[in-house]
Amino acid sequence: MLDLEYSEKLEKVRTSMNALSKSMLRPIARKYDEAEHEYPKELDVFRGLSVMGGKKKKKDGDTDKKKEKVASDTGTNLGTIVTVEEMCWGDVGLLLSIPNAGLGNAAISAVATEEQLEKFGGKWAAMAITEPESGSDSGSICTTAVLDGDEWVLNGEKIFVTCADRCDAVVVWATVDKEAGKAGIKSFVVEKDTPGFKLEHLEHKLGIRASDTGTFVLKDCRIPKENLLGSSEVKKTEGFKGVMKTFDNTRPMVAAMANGVAKAAVDFAREKLEEAGYNLDYSKNPGNLSAVEKDFYWMEAHLDAMRLLTLRAAWMADNEQFNNLEASMSKAKAGRYGTLITQKCCELMGPLGYSREYLAEKWMRDSKILDIFEGTGQIQHLIIARNILNLSSKELK
Amino acid sequence: MINFSMSKQQQMVKKEVAKLVKDIVADNAHDMDESGQIPADAIDKAWGLGASISMVPEEYGGYGMADSPLETALVLEELAFGDMAFAVAVTAPSLFITPVAKMGTEDQKKKYLPLFCKEAYAACTMALNEPRFGFDAVDLKTTAEKKGGAYVLNGEKCFVPMGAKASHMLAAANLDGKSQLFIVDTKNPGVKMGDREKTLGMYALEMNRVVFENCEVPAEDRLGGEEGCDFDAFLQRSRVGMAAMAAGVTNASYLFAREYAKTRVQFGEPIAYRQSVAFMLAEMAYEVDAIRLMAWKAASALEAGKDAKREAYLAKMYAGEMAMKMCDYGVQLMGGHGYIREYPVERYYRNARGFSNLEAMATI
Repeated sequence: MLDLEYSEKLEKVRTSMNALSKSMLRPIARKYDEAEHEYPKELDVFRGLSVMGGKKKKKDGDTDKKKEKVASDTGTNLGTIVTVEEMCWGDVGLLLSIPNAGLGNAAISAVATEEQLEKFGGKWAAMAITEPESGSDSGSICTTAVLDGDEWVLNGEKIFVTCADRCDAVVVWATVDKEAGKAGIKSFVVEKDTPGFKLEHLEHKLGIRASDTGTFVLKDCRIPKENLLGSSEVKKTEGFKGVMKTFDNTRPMVAAMANGVAKAAVDFAREKLEEAGYNLDYSKNPGNLSAVEKDFYWMEAHLDAMRLLTLRAAWMADNEQFNNLEASMSKAKAGRYGTLITQKCCELMGPLGYSREYLAEKWMRDSKILDIFEGTGQIQHLIIARNILNLSSKELK
Repeated sequence: MINFSMSKQQQMVKKEVAKLVKDIVADNAHDMDESGQIPADAIDKAWGLGASISMVPEEYGGYGMADSPLETALVLEELAFGDMAFAVAVTAPSLFITPVAKMGTEDQKKKYLPLFCKEAYAACTMALNEPRFGFDAVDLKTTAEKKGGAYVLNGEKCFVPMGAKASHMLAAANLDGKSQLFIVDTKNPGVKMGDREKTLGMYALEMNRVVFENCEVPAEDRLGGEEGCDFDAFLQRSRVGMAAMAAGVTNASYLFAREYAKTRVQFGEPIAYRQSVAFMLAEMAYEVDAIRLMAWKAASALEAGKDAKREAYLAKMYAGEMAMKMCDYGVQLMGGHGYIREYPVERYYRNARGFSNLEAMATI
């Protein structure tokens, strides 16, 4: 039965995560915005905690499946996006820096064998996909992996790797067969101290400065054969799709990040408006509101819409429904409107919105990345459009 | 508990209304709009589903089913998907029935509900909107004044759906600074039923101007009796109803434009193959969902017996903004054809304006 009210349990997750975020992340948000590239040592307490849904694979599949069939709102994805939103209300850059909670960890827990989980499960794993000549078109990557005896030999350059400096290992996307196109792309776990694997430099960014972003060069980098994630077989049809499927879980997560930053902006705007004597009681006809009040309600309404689309995508994933379309919808809406809401907050705040004394200006910088990484807004629209129009990537480029 | 899947009952209700709409409205919406008339039998058939009276207890003539804001939201969306004018005409009586059933005194329920909880459609309605710039449901210019054993109403109302056909209406008036509802017999000499309104949209819907001129209403006909009613509770339900209808109208525009874009060939291929077109459709797709989810969110709160003032207000506001924007896309995507009344998107465009401009065209 339709119901969009949080269960008591989910609400408890939300309030406790908000309290955690308020006490642990918000107080140091400005500090690490200014100290770019410095590791936020305060985050060490989170090591070992699974914040980003580090779900371990269950051995006994049958009994678990039965449980998951029953619609519930206590699933991993839903719990994760509620958590992520509240944490990003505190600080999105810091959330991205939480130890052992990298995108690489998500990829590992999604497809790793038991042996691989044993070996890498406890490590902080970053994700390296993007290359200088390969951004949204991740199927065109040039980094190569060649099997040489019991080892894979990797060569190439990876940019925009989140947690590049802090992580213990990186999940690197490379092609084992360039001729095979997307089907030849596989992911490999490369540990940080591997010879031939060099962190070349860290970027200076518009926002999420608490999160370090780096470039790696792989030069005849040799890793054990068993560091390949998933199957080594080059299947013409499935390979790349399997890799892309990870996005159906991670895109709602990025949407949740946008929701969290937007919520911070909405809460701050409300606080300041109420201090100034505005009565925000949802009763006046919108036509009779002042411009400021109307803008405020506009921010709030769009935030609710973003969140609902995100909850839906996550709920579907928890209930084993194919959510490729809905995941992109949540990311498209939340990425774009998160940016607009944080901009609007700065606009409404006037001089306060331009001052680094407050966090509003930071949220405006931070939220911009959420319409870019994990697939830009334009890529999301492309995915949505192909879905709803039933067009292939050749028909709708 | 968060759940995005419909129950069997909810699916059934949705399907049933969708079928009815397909059978009796879909092909007629254009003609109804052009002629300004809705065939009586079409209204009767929709009335036969019992959506407006299902939650009224059996002792007053209803079906005694659980009051379900969510189910009603599903019904309103499907009806409005077929035609907005039709949706309002069919459900106008619930603007009277639902508040009386939820907030009326025992005597009021006994006296009035059986008049309308019947097999055949019998019109009753609500007079809320006022013809003035700055209209606000919580700051009405129509006044109610207590004089002896009666309330005296004075003021002007507009867009009263099915006003001329209704035997009774709930009149909203300002009583000591608070909006209150009064049960008014339309034959009351203080009621001046005006001409049919000429509107931007919903051509097929009969709506009237109503003037209250020293209209005396017996004190016992103040909704809720001496203590009055919780007008905000009504507003919440009506706002969710408006948002649900907005999802229906916007979805209709989206689906029509999408089909057109897939079949309209220019420069040697369907225009849907162009990102400038495809991206607008993508946006329409998720905004339809967003409008619907906003309505469902507020309806969920109401269904759980919670206050939904915030959610209902934001849902209607969101629906008003996005229905207009997306129905604009619908016309734009079809170019010149979107501007021709032969196609429905211009009608959706006109109808969409109502969601932010008007209050209480429907309620859940």
